[in-house]
Amino acid sequence: MFEPLEYQFFVRGLIAATTAGALCGLIGVYIVLRRMSYIGHGLSHAVFGGAVVSYVMSFNFYVGASLWGFGSALLINATTKRRKFIAPDAAIGIVTTASFALGVALISRYRTFTRSFDAALFGNILGVTRNDLIAIGVVAALTLAIVLVMYRRLLFTTFDPEVAQFYGVPTEWVDALFSLILAGTIVVCMQVLGVTLIAAAIVIPPVTARLLTDNFSRLMILSVAIGAGCGLVGMYASYYVDVSSGANIVLVAAIAFMAAMAYSGLRNRLATGRGLAPKPAAAPDGAIFE
Amino acid sequence: MLHPFPHEIDQAHPAVEFRGVTCGYGSTIALSDVSLNIAAGDFVGLVGPSGAGKTTLLRAILGAVDVFRGEIRVGGQPIDRRRPRAGYVPQLETIDWNFPVTVEQVVLMGRATDGWLPWNRREAVEQAHAIMERLGIAPLARRHIRALSGGQQQRAFLGRALVSNPQLLLLDEPTAGVDIKTRDDILHLLDQLNHEGVTVIMTTHEINAVAAHLPWVVCINGGVIAEGPPSEVYTPEILKRTYGAEMAVFHYEGMTLVAETPHLLGRGGGRGHKVKVPGIGGS
Repeated sequence: MFEPLEYQFFVRGLIAATTAGALCGLIGVYIVLRRMSYIGHGLSHAVFGGAVVSYVMSFNFYVGASLWGFGSALLINATTKRRKFIAPDAAIGIVTTASFALGVALISRYRTFTRSFDAALFGNILGVTRNDLIAIGVVAALTLAIVLVMYRRLLFTTFDPEVAQFYGVPTEWVDALFSLILAGTIVVCMQVLGVTLIAAAIVIPPVTARLLTDNFSRLMILSVAIGAGCGLVGMYASYYVDVSSGANIVLVAAIAFMAAMAYSGLRNRLATGRGLAPKPAAAPDGAIFE
Repeated sequence: MLHPFPHEIDQAHPAVEFRGVTCGYGSTIALSDVSLNIAAGDFVGLVGPSGAGKTTLLRAILGAVDVFRGEIRVGGQPIDRRRPRAGYVPQLETIDWNFPVTVEQVVLMGRATDGWLPWNRREAVEQAHAIMERLGIAPLARRHIRALSGGQQQRAFLGRALVSNPQLLLLDEPTAGVDIKTRDDILHLLDQLNHEGVTVIMTTHEINAVAAHLPWVVCINGGVIAEGPPSEVYTPEILKRTYGAEMAVFHYEGMTLVAETPHLLGRGGGRGHKVKVPGIGGS
């Protein structure tokens, strides 16, 4: 059972998959509740464009790709806020595909590329280096710190962004900070899951957790646990079933989602059968008048 | 009628002042040349047709619209979006009822900018519970917001507005979509808060069931048409300028009410048509 742990590269991959899963689960809560699930998919494509530009300009990959992703996220926010009739999914589609196309255009223009972008596209978890691990760890720690410090402001901004600003929450700053940690998350997770599977890692854990709780703080904890658990189990199982680690992690997450669906369906059916289905509670008589 | 006894209104220190304000969104003007003084301790209803600018006026007080001309002051100070001085209750139809938050979490959002720890201070939690107790929703504190009735949901969002002890309360259609008993409960609660010194400004479409009971009404349609007690403001002329339709006014047990059937007047007898209400004299 512990045979895979004898390989250094596998242990690094296991740590990376678990941390990346937890990180995606954490950030995914806000993404899903803002109804911007597509942003994970789109921004990972945009970051791909940034990665190519960084390479062409001989710039540090992590810094260049993160800045590019951050700029793209800000551009999406600005587009939807300034032109209310442009829905978030449309803005994501425009900004991120344009960025991706720029990356593809640069690759075809500079045909002298020696670097393979396959890892960025499809993930190469077994090729995770010590530096990659440090990058994931730093982004995870920073994201956790920012989420904890901004927790109540982020919650209000996510729940009701317009009213939050009337209560003194600097929603534009909160959004900008969130865009920054989202871009960082996507850049460091690209190496693990690849552009194509990152959206699933961001969306499935919070949606699965949402089936299990109605409480925001519990949702956060559950989503992180599910993301980390799927990363760990998916990675470990990939050794035995001999399939791509990234794909296996997402498949495990999909199974967890189906299990949660079945559980919540059963729970609702049982509650309805016993007459315990949630319904408006009666107000205590006269309480309003004291 | 609310305000069965006179309470103190501080005319010398207006809670809200509009001085020749023209405002709107982007390049669109929603309200023109608004001059309005709302005294501290007042209880004001904003009435007018849909799109008249009632919500815009509330948002202007919050600093959320573009002011093209004039000045708005809240508590004697120019409005500052970063330092809000009002509790705001939005229209419930804007709320995402599937969002995973409990009643307690919603109420505590009113203290979201209070410190940097992920949890609220004990004092804030105690304050939230005291307010929920007062609003009659304390037993529902851990319930999901979707699992409440319309009136309970309204009270949860009122709790969010009250948890920071505001001296100015702005409510957008607080009685929309609730039953008569809940509407009365909400109005009496607002009246009670008003008697404790909170200035209340609310929008409403219910000119008889709600606005007629308020001490002061502002009629709006792209600007301020008239303001005053309902007995003075509810006249066929003012209502026509506000709603663009003939509306009959009648008096019943000391209250001034409006016959909310303008189409009947238009199609039936037109001007001069008497609204027949048994035992009530029309005008």
